[in-house]
Amino acid sequence: MSDLLNSVSQGAGDPPVPQSPAAVSSAAWLRFKRNRPALASAWYLAALLLAILAWPLALKVAGGGFAQTHDPNWLSDGQFLPPGSLHWFGTDVHGRDVFSRVLFGAQISLLVGLVGTLVSLVIGVLWGAVAGYAGGRLDGFLMRTVDVLYSLPSVIFVIVLITTLGELMKHAPLVAHSPALAKQIRVLLLFVGLGAISWLTMARIVRGQVLSLRTRAFVEASRVLGARPWRILTRHILPNIFGVVITYLALTMPAIILYESFLSFLGLGVEPPMASWGTLIAEGVGQINPLRVYWWLILFPGGVLVTTLLALNFLGDGLRDAWDVKAR
Amino acid sequence: MYFLRRLAFSIPLLLVISALAFVLVRLAPGGPFDRDRAPASPEIEANLRAKYHLDEPIWKQYARYVGDLAHGDFGVSLKYRNHTVNDIIAQGLPVSMTLGVLAFGFALAVGLTVGFITAARRGGWEDYVGSFLSMLVVCVPGFVLAPLLVLVFAVKLKWLPVALWDSPWHMVLPVVALGLYFAGKVARLTREGMLSAMQSECVTAARAKGLGENTLLFRHAFRLAVLPVVSYSGPMLADLLTGSFIIENIFQIPGIGVFLVNSSLNRDYTVVVGLALLYAVLLVGLNLLVDAAYTWLDPRVKYE
Repeated sequence: MSDLLNSVSQGAGDPPVPQSPAAVSSAAWLRFKRNRPALASAWYLAALLLAILAWPLALKVAGGGFAQTHDPNWLSDGQFLPPGSLHWFGTDVHGRDVFSRVLFGAQISLLVGLVGTLVSLVIGVLWGAVAGYAGGRLDGFLMRTVDVLYSLPSVIFVIVLITTLGELMKHAPLVAHSPALAKQIRVLLLFVGLGAISWLTMARIVRGQVLSLRTRAFVEASRVLGARPWRILTRHILPNIFGVVITYLALTMPAIILYESFLSFLGLGVEPPMASWGTLIAEGVGQINPLRVYWWLILFPGGVLVTTLLALNFLGDGLRDAWDVKAR
Repeated sequence: MYFLRRLAFSIPLLLVISALAFVLVRLAPGGPFDRDRAPASPEIEANLRAKYHLDEPIWKQYARYVGDLAHGDFGVSLKYRNHTVNDIIAQGLPVSMTLGVLAFGFALAVGLTVGFITAARRGGWEDYVGSFLSMLVVCVPGFVLAPLLVLVFAVKLKWLPVALWDSPWHMVLPVVALGLYFAGKVARLTREGMLSAMQSECVTAARAKGLGENTLLFRHAFRLAVLPVVSYSGPMLADLLTGSFIIENIFQIPGIGVFLVNSSLNRDYTVVVGLALLYAVLLVGLNLLVDAAYTWLDPRVKYE
């Protein structure tokens, strides 16, 4: 479909006409809207986001017993209740409402995903743009660094890094007196750490794009007119790689959310009483026994995690097809 | 020549990785001799540290470590005192390797088949079902899939054992839980590769010669389509061997993955560095192997 639109807008056989960024992105939006899975995913994510934001408000407004039975941290006597009309997703080992815990856990999971993605965005785009624009030795050095980092066993380094830095933080004088602050710093560390290992592909993609953009006529013209490299980079090059970057962001976010839930599952991510999808699933796995089956403790947090990842991936694929991004 | 250079380059790379891991684990506060209860007297601890050379400056420790490595000696575990890291690897690696290789075979068999069918029946219901399933599977992390499989097939239906690693029956659930994600990835790669191969010039030429659609699919398109799968299989095998520790934890499989998380929390310096290095060797080695396989499969590829 994308080939068809391109050939219509450019005319078969004519040399490719450089299009204005606005025309490119409106054509891309048109293609995106025809992609039904991607559009459905966008709606699903919007609905999930709304639910996450509205649920705490709803609890406040309803107040009283409803708010108490659905408080994600309220311990009740009704342990391991199967899903029913009162507890939609059932209750866990402490009688806490799983539905509420999943929605509150989503705040952490999505926030880590979002912030981690932004960190990877900043590092990746700057790294790739500088490498592509500067060229020569600097380019060689920057990209060899990326190659080396690619060959690190990243999971292991994240584990080592998080245990190391987490412990260091606990002993820092500023934090030693307030455990709450220490926990927040740990989450912050997760944000930064996960972003810091996810920017490699972004840097490669951005570098490739910048390499091809810097030789284009409008960039040359700007350079001839005396624009400085920083201005060329921010005014001409970065706006033109917007579509590529957005697309890749949509594909990085599920990877980071997955990473966070993986670490939390191992007990290296967020710590109780804070919960993310990973810790919820870990709690469910801890309750596996041959006598009783508490399937709702795994199925619901896991299901929400999986559908979110699925939606983000469909969204990313849709954006990629719409903008016709090549990964290499 | 190219591969010799790559091989030569991988040695400093592995040194850098080991140095990084070496310094990182030692930066963490606390040490391998900390105990929750009844802390050892300072004299005992000082003796222990001296015995394992932890009182020396860090560069000296590292030099000693590299010297031992040159003899193939990964050092002694600081937590499990009468075990060397070599023992731990010798004990756990075969199990982890078996799990990883079986999952690799499973992923390739399922992934290539599904990818082939979805591409051959493009636009049909097989394509929609297959493509959706392979996308779904890529989004189900092992730590969600594994407990669900256990609940359904082991706890509820009692067809397969819940955990451990004793008989071939014990291997079914871990292998599926570990390999399904990669099967999805392989299926997606194969489908994409097949579709672009079907439009390539050599397939068009073969079609013009009057070859049947089946011959085209099997003999021509499929051969082109496996190339991206081959280049993915290096990192995939490395991921399978390194990423299996979640599965190992859930199924209580005595591989090396169990040691990695525990020793990193216990500050068992030598074990952490040794395992990180082992994984790095696997990753670098497999990538090299894949590039070599690539030149053999696709003569057009040349490395300078």
